[in-house]
Amino acid sequence: MPKSVFTKENLCWVILSVVLFGVLTLLMQAGIINSYYRITLFNICINIMLAVSLNLVIGICGQFSLGHAGFMCIGAYSAGVITKMIPNYGGLLLGILVGFAISAVAALIVSVPTLRLKGDYLAIATLGFAEIIRILVQNMTITNGAAGLSGIPALTTWPILIVGVIVAIAVCSNVMRSAPGRACLAIQDDEIAAEAMGINTTKYKVMAFVIGALIASLAGALFACSFYVIKPSQFTFNRSIDILVMVVFGGMGSMTSSVLAAIAIGLLNTILQNFTDLRMIIYGLALVIMMIFKPNGLLGKRELSFKRILARREAGKEAS
Amino acid sequence: MEPVLQVKNLSRHFGGLTAVANVSFDIQPGELIGLIGPNGAGKTTLFNLLTGVYEPSEGLIEMDVDGKPTQIGGLPPYKITDLGVARTFQNIRLFREMTVLENVKVAMHRNIRYGVISAILRLPKYYSEERWVEEKACEYLKEVGLYAKRNELSVNLPYGEQRKLEIARALAIQPKILYLDEPAAGMNPQETADLTALIHRIRKKYGLTVILIEHDMSLVMKICERIFVLDYGKLIASGSPEEIRKNEFVIKAYLGEEI
Amino acid sequence: MSQFLQQVINGLSLGSIYALIALGYTMVYGIIKLINFAHGDVYMVGAYTAFICTAWLGFGFFPALIASMVVCGLLGVLIERLAYKPLRKAPRITALITAIGVSYILEYTMQYFMGSEVRTYPNVLPKTTYQLGPVSVTTHQIYIFAITIVLMVTLQFIISKTRMGRAMRAVSVDEQAAELMGINVDTTISFTFLLGSALAGAAGILVGIYYNTINPLMGLTPGLKAFVAAVFGGIGSVPGAVIGGLFIGIAETMVVAYGSSLYRDAIVYAILIVVLIVKPTGLLGKNQREKV
Repeated sequence: MPKSVFTKENLCWVILSVVLFGVLTLLMQAGIINSYYRITLFNICINIMLAVSLNLVIGICGQFSLGHAGFMCIGAYSAGVITKMIPNYGGLLLGILVGFAISAVAALIVSVPTLRLKGDYLAIATLGFAEIIRILVQNMTITNGAAGLSGIPALTTWPILIVGVIVAIAVCSNVMRSAPGRACLAIQDDEIAAEAMGINTTKYKVMAFVIGALIASLAGALFACSFYVIKPSQFTFNRSIDILVMVVFGGMGSMTSSVLAAIAIGLLNTILQNFTDLRMIIYGLALVIMMIFKPNGLLGKRELSFKRILARREAGKEAS
Repeated sequence: MEPVLQVKNLSRHFGGLTAVANVSFDIQPGELIGLIGPNGAGKTTLFNLLTGVYEPSEGLIEMDVDGKPTQIGGLPPYKITDLGVARTFQNIRLFREMTVLENVKVAMHRNIRYGVISAILRLPKYYSEERWVEEKACEYLKEVGLYAKRNELSVNLPYGEQRKLEIARALAIQPKILYLDEPAAGMNPQETADLTALIHRIRKKYGLTVILIEHDMSLVMKICERIFVLDYGKLIASGSPEEIRKNEFVIKAYLGEEI
Repeated sequence: MSQFLQQVINGLSLGSIYALIALGYTMVYGIIKLINFAHGDVYMVGAYTAFICTAWLGFGFFPALIASMVVCGLLGVLIERLAYKPLRKAPRITALITAIGVSYILEYTMQYFMGSEVRTYPNVLPKTTYQLGPVSVTTHQIYIFAITIVLMVTLQFIISKTRMGRAMRAVSVDEQAAELMGINVDTTISFTFLLGSALAGAAGILVGIYYNTINPLMGLTPGLKAFVAAVFGGIGSVPGAVIGGLFIGIAETMVVAYGSSLYRDAIVYAILIVVLIVKPTGLLGKNQREKV
């Protein structure tokens, strides 16, 4: 019987998603999640999308990219500009697609020359590229320059956002657990050996980079249509670092931990909202301490795996 | 018969140092060749040239691909692997963060028939190919006797088994030519005997041409049909084990001028 | 033409400052292969130290310069001992992330204590302008040139003629061999940080008096630009850092003068990308091969 999409494992994931969606929707309708917490929830969802996509680039493929904010910026402005002109769901879709196109081109331009550089150099190069993107956006008339775009229609509804999150997690997770994903992991592990195994390392690094960029772009588009206003200053190096912190904290390479870290940091940000300086000092300290004592993050490479849980239950049943 | 590999006047310089100097030889399909020479003679450099890690400074490397001689000098390693070449490394380069089974699955890369889109959308092709990959990978592990440890992290294997895993990985590439770089290094006599048997077996079963670098003379003399000797980058002798044993240039290279 | 020469002079002043910061990057990278992300913030601390010395404690220029260099030097050593030393064997990404963490700590601690508003320096140097034919040079620029030259000559002397300098060069080539020769690697690395950070401190006070304003986040962009300068000149090469710094300074000044000041930062990043694509080892850098 050939295996297909309809496995017990996938069913578990569907149930989990539906339950979470249902619970959160009810909480919002009951007013427990009021408009203030709604903002937090939306930010957390956007951050989850950014974190899992950066995880694909850094944690799976081992390419230390510090330019993720650049692609978020492209996605946000594409959606922002277009939905202002076409303020309906069609406009949002078009904005997302335009964002994809521009991000893909930008990702190719950035990655092909820089992906042959090693760790540190790659980090700086991607940072430089992201800054160039931001500076360009800051100086174009269509994007309204440094003042940013305002009056963007709030087309990102809660269901749309959840779909975005699920798409992001599903895409990244599916890539990770596949032959292209194994190729990326091999490249991260030992690039020379990976090449000897017949893997075109450049092709797969670019692939991971582009996929990461596209999802960041999607996150940016949904971000733009959530909060009415976007400014170039929201997409600086600091944003890239924020996302990096989420990926590193939970554990590079693990989707589950990126998701959990995004949630944890999103909550922390809200709680510590009034203590910006202290919050950043704590971030910095946490980064340093984490890297010295637990460089693999709090969860390491462990993933939430329904396959394992179900297998254990089967084994348990057979034993009894 | 057409040679499976032809090397003509191959040289490689590193700045002022010539690591491989004007080497030429032919290898017939199915041969088991030994490559020996004192340390620093250029053996691994030659392997690196033949597998694409280094570009030739001069000379040609031709491989028989589907009946046609193809220039492979200067191609990147992954393209050469794609033509049916596999190698193991002198210093073992396993994927340390992956399990034994995953290591072998990675090596099957060139034969996997689905791409990233199928992976993302989980099309039926993904599932059928992955099943095939799992089956074949287990087959190769059984071939080297590592099936029982397939879910172990590769880095946790004892040294001798790591070397066997490298060979399983090389088999998974489904190569025509297999390069083994000091496969018996650090092995005790029992392990070496097992390895010898393994090499014989896989050569026959998979129809491989095998070229190995070794310092363990008993292994080389016992198993190789032809031996090439390098010294200071030059091919100073080639022939059967008996011929090489008696060759004065070889003796001089290993033992120095005075005998 | 005189406009052009004037811009060159201005570019050289800016470039000298970048060169001083770039030297710290290049020396640290040369010896432990780490991009010290926090280096730009050490420079910021230097600027603030000098500010406190001059504005609050009434120091003169040179005492403030010395104070700045000493404080920054010690800060550099402290950072190295606490944050980088434990990670010497760790993968480069880990060390880089730690450096980012240190950078955050420096920036926001300074912001916490000193506030985020911009501070201005008191006038500790005479503000005269000299006419040298078609160009004019201010006292500030003369001080920048002079101090930069003195510091660079001193650095070159230390590296080539002293035991410590020899140790630094040895450790950057082969750490294990150096250790086997009896060199105390830890001390050598700390000394490298001391020198590099002291130079950054000097750059801090020079910027303070040249541009007259400082803020806690001022280290970020000049830090990145100085890093680009170090890469341009060849990371790990001391003369390279100087050439790179001057080049970046002139390039930036030219873009502002003849192009648009909006792109002053973008040009530097563009230079970085071109260098990394065309010749990643930079002008004077060396190739490093991995053995297979």
